[in-house]
Amino acid sequence: MRLTTVLYALLGLFALCVPLLGIYPVFMMQLLCVAMFACAFNLLLGFGRMLSFGHAAFFGSAAYATGWLVTAHEWGPGAAILAGVAVAALLGLAVGMLAIRRQGIYFAMITLALAQLVYFVCLEAPFTGGENGLQGVPRGELLGFLPLKSDLVLYYVVLAVFVAVYLFIHRVVHSPFGQVLKAIRENEPRATSLGYEINRYKLLAFVLSATLAGLAGSLKALVFGFVTLTDVDQSTSGEVILMTLLGGTGTFFGPVLGAAVVVTLRQYLSDLVGGWVIAIIGVIFVACVLSFRSGVVGELAAWQLRRQKPSPH
Amino acid sequence: MTTVFGIPVAVILGQLTLGLVNGSFYAMLSLGLAVIFGLMRVVNFAHGAFYTLGAFAALLGLQWLGINYWASLVLAPVAVGLVGIVVERLLLRRVYGLDPLYGLLLTFGLALICEGSLHQVFGASGQSYPVPPALAGAVNLGFMFLPLYRAWVIAISLVVCFSTWFVIERTRLGATLRAATENAPLLQAFGVNVPLLVAATYGGGVALAALAGVLASPIVLVNAHMGSSLVIVVFAVVVIGGMGSIFGSIVSGLVLGVVEGFTKVIYPEASNVVVFLIMALVLVLRPTGLFGRE
Repeated sequence: MRLTTVLYALLGLFALCVPLLGIYPVFMMQLLCVAMFACAFNLLLGFGRMLSFGHAAFFGSAAYATGWLVTAHEWGPGAAILAGVAVAALLGLAVGMLAIRRQGIYFAMITLALAQLVYFVCLEAPFTGGENGLQGVPRGELLGFLPLKSDLVLYYVVLAVFVAVYLFIHRVVHSPFGQVLKAIRENEPRATSLGYEINRYKLLAFVLSATLAGLAGSLKALVFGFVTLTDVDQSTSGEVILMTLLGGTGTFFGPVLGAAVVVTLRQYLSDLVGGWVIAIIGVIFVACVLSFRSGVVGELAAWQLRRQKPSPH
Repeated sequence: MTTVFGIPVAVILGQLTLGLVNGSFYAMLSLGLAVIFGLMRVVNFAHGAFYTLGAFAALLGLQWLGINYWASLVLAPVAVGLVGIVVERLLLRRVYGLDPLYGLLLTFGLALICEGSLHQVFGASGQSYPVPPALAGAVNLGFMFLPLYRAWVIAISLVVCFSTWFVIERTRLGATLRAATENAPLLQAFGVNVPLLVAATYGGGVALAALAGVLASPIVLVNAHMGSSLVIVVFAVVVIGGMGSIFGSIVSGLVLGVVEGFTKVIYPEASNVVVFLIMALVLVLRPTGLFGRE
């Protein structure tokens, strides 16, 4: 336990000092947004055992909503983020209500298909800019006094939001709601027989996850200043699964680590190997599923547990 | 010229045959998906990738080795089916008995490897495969011109789909296959080589996808991404039809193809999404799918 506290303190210190260390802040912001997305996804997969294959729909639609509002309607960033999050939450409610009617792999296929529907809507709708996406999304001033144009200010805003989301997920998982969710994950019929309306819990988990994914998407739109079809594409949905799986499904820090690894790999590999990145991501996927199913953090935790357990003699 | 609601009948019929062509592909792919899922409890995300591989096998066979269309029709599915068997023996075997989600994720990874590599080697732009001379041109049916190749695709897919259905539902081999779906350990105790049966079934399902790929190659541009969006539509078809039924997957594949073609005439903007909307509707009205038996 103490080791975890020390690690978190070190990470926190690192995150605060990033601008001093000469790390490109946009890269760090991208990492934080993607990590937030992965944490939101993990809430659903790790604690509710629902594999959504279409989470990019929420990430991307919130990004589009925020981007469109600040660009075409000159909304402030705060209001636009809230609106983006609301769009993701409503979309999450609609998709969730349909998807929880089936379980397991059907759930995965349904979310994938509905996300593809969202993708086509984003491709053809008049306000998304089609193939070009939305360009030149201004960052504006948050609450009227925080000039987000400065990478430094925006970095600390994104960091604060990320920490809040991380703590919020921690809180949700340890709340009575989170306990019931885990009970449903372990044994659905038993949870039903204990009198829980399991579909309500699953739907709430789905909407929460979609909402937080949307928050990540809205922030991403402001950080980069553009929104493209990639944000709603199935490859984005696939990548967030990979990050969670790689870092450790159902652990708190796993998705963050997974996101850091994948984003860094993407950044540096694309210089080295060019277009082979997709194939390499596929290889990591296969390797993960075959031999690394608990992810890095999961394996470390298991190792720690084995070490702490007193030997039988 | 005869019109219905101001749309020329020839246009409607043209889109309907095109829809039927797409429906044949949906039927062949969802059929393979259903057979594989029935026996192995694996949702084969790589199905679209094998369809792409089939098309590439035909294209490269023609360009590099001079193998003509008719030979490709047999050779490409066999070659891709063998690849499938290797994949099953080396990789898929390791996720049996685990949560079916891992099978989905594993095959998703395989699809990425395949798609990414093909994209990198052959580029993003598609290449066209020539229509075989014997099937070029069109016949005049009096009320419309029917391109011969489209008629051929519809005919051959129907034959292949219904032969597959016949083999599974009406022959001894099919009975063994269905027995393995019900209770594999028991069947193995009777002396049936179940692992071989599983490998052959995966190979067969994948070969069906590859055959669809070969058939599609003269119609669509052969490129690395041709299978990735198709597989999502096929997933929706499978959710609509219910994966439990072989017959159901064939019928829903064909019908949804026609519905999609019809939408192209009435309201083209919705043609990409109509299958997903129908899926949503089916989930509300009959969550187990139209032919589902859960």
